Amino acid sequence: MSKILPPLAVMALVITVWWAVVVKTESAIFPTPWQVVTGTLELAEDGTLWEHIAASLFRVGTGFGLALLVAVPLGLWMGWVGGAYRTFNPIFQMLRPISPIAWIPLAILWFGVGDVSPIFLIFISSVFPMIVQTTSGVHTIERRYLRAAANFGVSRSVLFRQVVIPAVLPEIIIGMRIGIGVAWLVVVAAEMIALRSGLGYLIMDSRNAGNRYDLLIASMIIIGLIGLLLDGITRLLERMKTVKWRYVR
Amino acid sequence: MSDSRKIVVTDIRKSFPASKGATLPVVGGISFTVADGEFVAIVGPSGCGKSTLMNIIAGFEQPDSGSVQVDGKEQLGPSPKGIVISQHGSVFPWLTVRQNLMFGLNGDEHGDKAALADHYAAMVGLKGFENSYPHELSGGMLKRAELARAFVVKPEILYMDEPFSALDALMNMRMRTELLRILGEERHTVLLITHDVEEAIYMADRVLVLSPRPTTIQASFRVDMPHPRKLSSPELQGLREAILKELGL
Repeated sequence: MSKILPPLAVMALVITVWWAVVVKTESAIFPTPWQVVTGTLELAEDGTLWEHIAASLFRVGTGFGLALLVAVPLGLWMGWVGGAYRTFNPIFQMLRPISPIAWIPLAILWFGVGDVSPIFLIFISSVFPMIVQTTSGVHTIERRYLRAAANFGVSRSVLFRQVVIPAVLPEIIIGMRIGIGVAWLVVVAAEMIALRSGLGYLIMDSRNAGNRYDLLIASMIIIGLIGLLLDGITRLLERMKTVKWRYVR
Repeated sequence: MSDSRKIVVTDIRKSFPASKGATLPVVGGISFTVADGEFVAIVGPSGCGKSTLMNIIAGFEQPDSGSVQVDGKEQLGPSPKGIVISQHGSVFPWLTVRQNLMFGLNGDEHGDKAALADHYAAMVGLKGFENSYPHELSGGMLKRAELARAFVVKPEILYMDEPFSALDALMNMRMRTELLRILGEERHTVLLITHDVEEAIYMADRVLVLSPRPTTIQASFRVDMPHPRKLSSPELQGLREAILKELGL
C-alpha cells in the first residue's frame, strides 16, 4: 500500500492542477480531464480507438520482430568473431546515433506511405541497440566459464547452446527492452507524418479535424500506457529461471 | 618408477610483457614429477606466480620454455583428463545442479547421464538439490557442485587452484575432510595450489614450497602420515613450522 500510494498521489495532484488551471483560465480549446475521459469513451465505442491501437501494435510487432531476428545472430557472430566485430562495428556505431526520425523522408521515398515505411523505421531504430547489447554480452562472458567449457572438451554446438547463448541471454533481454522502447517512440512519430491509421495518426487527425484536443490528450495517455505495458511484458522475460542469476546479485 | 609418473614438469619458464618493452619473469625454471595417485600441494607467497604455474600445467597456457608431460605425452591444451577447480568456481549459473553435472558428459558412452549426475550429486551431499540453480545454493554447496561436476567425468587428475579459499574458515575445513573422503572412494592424482600451509599438510602426500617471483621450487617436504590427520599433532606442527620458515615467516 505504501508503495502505490505516493505515485497515485502524484497523479491525482497532476490531474487536480490541470483541472484547476483549465477552469480558472476558461480555456476554450484545452480540455478538462473529464472531457478527455468522455472523448476516450467516444472513440472506444465507435471502435476507431481499437483499430488505431491494433495498427500501431502490428507495425511495432513486425518491425521489432524482424530486428530481433537479425540482431541476435548478428550480435552473437560479431561478439564471437573478432574480425566480424572490427569489420561491422564502426558502421553500426555510426548509424546508431542517427535519429530514426531522420530516416522518415527516405522511408517514404523508398517504401511509400503504406505499412512498410513505419515497419522499416522501427526495424532501423531497434536493430542497432539490440546488436550492440548482444555483442557486448558476448564480450563480457566471464572467462572462467569459457575455460570450464574448454576444460571439459565440449563440442562447439554444446559450447554455444549451453554456455555462450545462456550467458548472453540477460543482455539480449536488456537489448529487447531498449529496442521495444525506441520502437514504440518511433511508430507514433512515423504515423504522424503520412499514414491513415495508428495512434500517431490519431493525434494529428484530432488536431486537424476540428481541434479535438480531448482526443489528442487521450491518445497521448494511451500511448504512455501501452508503452508501459510493452516494457512490462519484456520485463517478464527477466523472471525466466535461466536468466535470474543475472538479476539476483 | 617411470611407469607411475603421471605428471612430469621439466624446467618450465614463463615471462609476461611488462611496461616499456621489458619482460617480467614469473616462473623461473620449475621441475618436478607427480606420481599416479599422488596428492601434491604447492604452497607459495601471494603473487609468486602460483596460478600461472597451474595454468601452464593444466594446459591453458604454454610455457616459454620447458615442457609439461602427462602420461608421457606433451600437454598441449586443456582436456577432460585433468579438471581445474579454482577459487571462484565456474559452476554455470544458468544451469541447474543436474544440468551442470551433465555438462561434461559428451557422447553416448556414459549411459544414463541424469542418473550418473544424481549419483555424484548425492556423493557430495547435494541430494535433493539436483534441480536447484546455483544462486539458490550457499558457497559451500556451490563448491560441492563444482567438485561433483569434476568427478562425474572421472578425470585422472584434479588441478585445484586455491579451491576453498573463498569459503569461510569452518566450511573450508569441512570441505577438506569431504574432499579426502571422496578421494578415498575414487582414486585421483591431485595437484593443489594454495597459500594455506595447514590446508596443504592436512591433505597432501608431498608439499612443494615456491620462492617469490620468478618462482622456483625452494623446498620439498614429504608428509608421511595416515589420514585422518590431526593438525595439532607434534609432527604436523613441526612440519608447519618448517614450511613457514621456508616462506620467511
